[in-house]
Amino acid sequence: MNKTVMIVGATSAIARATSAAFAAQGHDIYLAGRNADELARIAADLAIRYRVQVRWGIFVAEDLASHDLFFTQAVADMGEMHGVVLAMGYLGDQQAAREFSVGMDVILVNFTAAASILSRCASYLEARKQGFIVGISSVAGDRGRQSNYPYGAAKAGLSVYLQGLRNRLYPSGVRVITVKPGFVDTAMTYGMPGLFLVASPQYMGERILGALSKSADVVYLPWFWRYIMLIIKFIPEPVFKRLKL
Amino acid sequence: MSILNQPLSGWGRYPVEICATRRPERYQDLRVTAPVQIARGQGRSYGDAALGEMVILTERVNRMLAFDSVAGTLRAEAGVTLAEILDIIVPQGWFLPVTPGTRFVSLGGCVAADVHGKNHHHDGAFSQHVTAIELILADNSRVTCSATENIDLFWATVGGMGLTGIIGEVSLRLIPISSPYIQVRHHAAANLTETFALFENADIDDAYSVAWIDCLATGKSLGRSVLMTGHHASATDLPSALQAPVKIKPAKSMPFDLPAAVLNPLTVKLFNQYYYNREGSKTRPFFAHYTDYFYPLDGISHWNRLYGKSGFVQYQCVIPTAGAFAAVTALLQKLAASRRPSFLAVLKKLGAQNPGLLSFPLAGYTLALDIPMRDAGVLVLTHELDAIVLAHGGRVYLAKDAVLTPQAFRVMYPRHAEWLRVKAQVDAQGRFASSLSRRLDLGAHHE
Repeated sequence: MNKTVMIVGATSAIARATSAAFAAQGHDIYLAGRNADELARIAADLAIRYRVQVRWGIFVAEDLASHDLFFTQAVADMGEMHGVVLAMGYLGDQQAAREFSVGMDVILVNFTAAASILSRCASYLEARKQGFIVGISSVAGDRGRQSNYPYGAAKAGLSVYLQGLRNRLYPSGVRVITVKPGFVDTAMTYGMPGLFLVASPQYMGERILGALSKSADVVYLPWFWRYIMLIIKFIPEPVFKRLKL
Repeated sequence: MSILNQPLSGWGRYPVEICATRRPERYQDLRVTAPVQIARGQGRSYGDAALGEMVILTERVNRMLAFDSVAGTLRAEAGVTLAEILDIIVPQGWFLPVTPGTRFVSLGGCVAADVHGKNHHHDGAFSQHVTAIELILADNSRVTCSATENIDLFWATVGGMGLTGIIGEVSLRLIPISSPYIQVRHHAAANLTETFALFENADIDDAYSVAWIDCLATGKSLGRSVLMTGHHASATDLPSALQAPVKIKPAKSMPFDLPAAVLNPLTVKLFNQYYYNREGSKTRPFFAHYTDYFYPLDGISHWNRLYGKSGFVQYQCVIPTAGAFAAVTALLQKLAASRRPSFLAVLKKLGAQNPGLLSFPLAGYTLALDIPMRDAGVLVLTHELDAIVLAHGGRVYLAKDAVLTPQAFRVMYPRHAEWLRVKAQVDAQGRFASSLSRRLDLGAHHE
């Protein structure tokens, strides 16, 4: 089979575990990211461990104009692209991001750049009438709160964008899955106070792969976050606005 | 990068210290950021070697970078475990040239402790199969060292307990195998004289050898043991039932701390009697999967909980051949007299020492004992054991140690002065320090 899966934002712990899960199933992998040294290291590791073909390319999220050429070259490099996992995310300093000049980058990477590369992937897969897109959004996009609303707003935008793509690509037989992780044990959360029920990157990788063989369109990981967020979404706004979350 | 303060210990669970920790995920983040730091892989050293005020957890910097399945060479980041390496190389006909008694150690840890295995008397220690190390120095420059390049730094780094720099990448030569099995033979020895005679008998010797010792046997049974020898089985020797690929059994787990009273002199004595009779009777050769032969304790996750919440010290020493019999006799008598049950006692012949300045192995016999840390009396006992080791020109293994004094250390490691000179050259300010290095006064201390 060797159906190639492209991982966008490939150097994070969740992305690495997801690449490993797909590679373990025999998929060839194309890694997209901005850090050449890391991409080369991860690519070598995946190729040694899983004996699949792994290639990588430099993808600069903020450089929207470069996305088209990037995607075309990635497809040419691998011969085909069967699926895409959008794993890039940028939390940054959410206090500083209240200032729009800073928060703009959070929105640019998590939403605008994501929409840009996804639109390119969607057209390609739509024409092939097969394949999948998995977009990693966040539970932070389910409700805006003072501690991380620039990030949350961008992820909310991404969730709606993925929802729209799902609707558009359904007739073409292209699966679009939205993944909403809770707390995951990564560099983004290491040492963060107040963490609970933290999932490992390996768990995330296996469940993201597993989501493709199940029917759910929106997947909370771990599953109980669906209910945690359900409760949070049910809190009436007049009450919610008074909370310190 | 974020910092998490957490209690850490070595595998012996003594001592426990609250350490600031960083956990880099990118190779470029494996660097010096604090006034003082020490790298930690899987935390499988037993004492305080991987504790300190700032601990860099290398577990996520664990990528395999190059594996040549024709030439049998591997280059990987230091955080990768031997278990991960074996999973890849064994099915492709390769094995580690040297392996310690657990595969859940990091590659960097194997270099830092210059670990040895059951084949040391033939093949030497881990470092002798390392072709290059990329070391991250105190100024964050990266330097390659090997037995032919930056030689002094190489021999100070192997066995150097992470104190010369952060071990970033390791290149290694592998050995060819044609099956995952070891052809094993057991030989029972009724006492220590017989045990030593078996070790010295060239007809019995094999690629690998190690003896389990019943350290509660006394009198004329003192030092009774089962010597376990073996070599890699060739695929053609295997019975057909073993030709199929094996699925490695998932580890059982020790789910809680065993109450201290369970391991007492009586229960350990009963176990040892049973084990001696069972294992000692396997006099005909048999095939054991490599995981069962090399890593019997890896089958039980958290086996260190057997010793209860207060943990244990593992006392491992080596005695030069000439005085080995007398010293091992005295050590076993001292231990038996202390009535402290050691669940695990292992004796092993070691070959010639290598140029590693703080490398543990030397030509002689190494004895390893687990001693439960039940009261301060343990420290009295280990210092008495130290006196026996010193009297016979031996040394204790820093990777296991939690209790050695700096005075004893300096006598045991006569090349420590040379090591300190290299340390002063590459880390004059003492940016790399651990609780072990402070206890043993190894290098300048950054204040």
